[in-house]
Amino acid sequence: MRESELSGPLHYLTLHEAADLLRRREVSSMELTRAALQHIHDLDDRIHAFLTLTEELALEQARQADERLARGEGSPLTGIPAAIKDVICTQGVRTTCASRILEPFVPPYDATVIERLQEAAFVMVGKTNMDEFAMGSSGENSAFGPTHNPWALDRVPGGSSSGSAAAVAAGMAYYALGSDTGGSIRQPAALCGVVGLKPTYGRVSRYGLVAFASSLDQIGPFTRSVRDAALVFQAIAGHDPRDSTSAPLEVPDLTEALVPDLRGIRIGVPQEYFVEGMDAAVREAVVAAVNQMAALGAQVDWEVSLPSTPYALAVYYIIAPSEASANLARYDGVKYGYSYTQSDSMWENMEKTRQYGFGDEVKRRIMLGTYALSAGYYDAYYLKAQKVRTLIRREFDAAFEDHDVLVTPVSPTPAFKLGEKVEDPLQMYLSDVCTIPVNIAGLPGISIPCGFAQASDGARLPIGVQILAKPFDEASLFRVAYAYEQATGWHRESPPL
Amino acid sequence: MPLSREEVQHIALLARVGLGEEDIARFREQLSEILDYFQRLRQVNTDDVPPTAHTLPLHNVMRPDEPRPSFEKKEILANAPQRENGLFRVQAILEE
Repeated sequence: MRESELSGPLHYLTLHEAADLLRRREVSSMELTRAALQHIHDLDDRIHAFLTLTEELALEQARQADERLARGEGSPLTGIPAAIKDVICTQGVRTTCASRILEPFVPPYDATVIERLQEAAFVMVGKTNMDEFAMGSSGENSAFGPTHNPWALDRVPGGSSSGSAAAVAAGMAYYALGSDTGGSIRQPAALCGVVGLKPTYGRVSRYGLVAFASSLDQIGPFTRSVRDAALVFQAIAGHDPRDSTSAPLEVPDLTEALVPDLRGIRIGVPQEYFVEGMDAAVREAVVAAVNQMAALGAQVDWEVSLPSTPYALAVYYIIAPSEASANLARYDGVKYGYSYTQSDSMWENMEKTRQYGFGDEVKRRIMLGTYALSAGYYDAYYLKAQKVRTLIRREFDAAFEDHDVLVTPVSPTPAFKLGEKVEDPLQMYLSDVCTIPVNIAGLPGISIPCGFAQASDGARLPIGVQILAKPFDEASLFRVAYAYEQATGWHRESPPL
Repeated sequence: MPLSREEVQHIALLARVGLGEEDIARFREQLSEILDYFQRLRQVNTDDVPPTAHTLPLHNVMRPDEPRPSFEKKEILANAPQRENGLFRVQAILEE
């Protein structure tokens, strides 16, 4: 099929539209893959979404997918080009975590999510840029240079899954995988105008995800529609004996949840998420989104209160760095990665390996965590944070007793300028204030496009709305997200590249 | 309650992260500001509240202890910065 016969350019089709064309043999996986790779070559000098391109592998995978499709086999993901965050291990393909310390690392195995996508005969076009070790909210902590927001190239795409969000927004891949520890899928999805899903903690295997904060990390998809997010989620979710925190639960068929009305759905809007200093356009767009959901038949309660919300950020920035300080102890220059070897002293070599191998934000978090766990401070920081974590969970549990979903903003502001917050870590941390409580409580959350803000410099910047559900109830979340999306169509917009 | 220069150096030593002179000054300021922000947790009453380490209702996940193949030695050593005779090469840890 020629491009002129499609509703838009081939690379801006949604995943399920591309899958329909493949199944009808109107386009081949080879054509989709070549188009995606060409699009990456045309644009990525300006965006820098990718750290590694896997062109040969992608073309070989496309050939195999076409064979499978020709036999009338395959699933919705068969032959569809995807981008993978460079924190997810890919056998034989460099996996750097955007860190100098892992720059030469080639994993000897695939993450479980990669194996599951391979069973579906997916196509991997490359590994995406990110904040180093997934620590950051802007993409600027990449050791290999920042990613630019496709909607405004002088602005951040959000983080830490910066390249995955930008790649999907710019039409370089039909979907991408990211990881979300405190908002690292949902916040960049909002800032780039795409759909981003953080599944329930335990829903998707973390085997082969390079660990940042093990009690919070979760893998999820970026897509250009809610249906697409459900398709990718369905493919990667489910129990994995190789991850002891993977939940031994069946994953329901989510396509049944994709119905365009919200009658009988009870929505709660927690007041504490409309924080001081929130951008007026964000507030208006989120309120308008809730009103639209009400118009679709949902019952809305504007008076929900989660009083411990203002403490969530402090809880997170104690727990996540504490876990990180333990997880990142493995980078000692012996087993893999960068190694400083100039000194005669073993300790000096280890310290210099970590001095030159890690960037500033990673060092800050390792030091914060080391401090919070050290003798004399453990009770005041780590244990206290774990107790407040219990309170935050309990408040969510109570809210979900009489609400099916909660609806909130994703990020207090649209995309900010590159460089704006680099020197002020605490200000950077505050951009995660609406996403962090969700990881603390282990809930599923989705960010979907809900409008645009007009910046003073003329940029038109995407805004996202966040929908939360109780643990393992992704179905409710998808139902609300789908009905809203179908009624509005914000997801059909693409950046002016 | 700003961190002292010595405290920053002590944390860096515990974490085995080498720091340059300018790093010490910068991290001292930034970490102090972040630790100061954490003080807000003191306002929360957590008497009789148990800690949450993770959110899943799972405890002691077990599997049968059955032998299965492991990685080939050469696959694991392929990423080693220094190797010798099929082993990781490390510096002497014990001093004379």
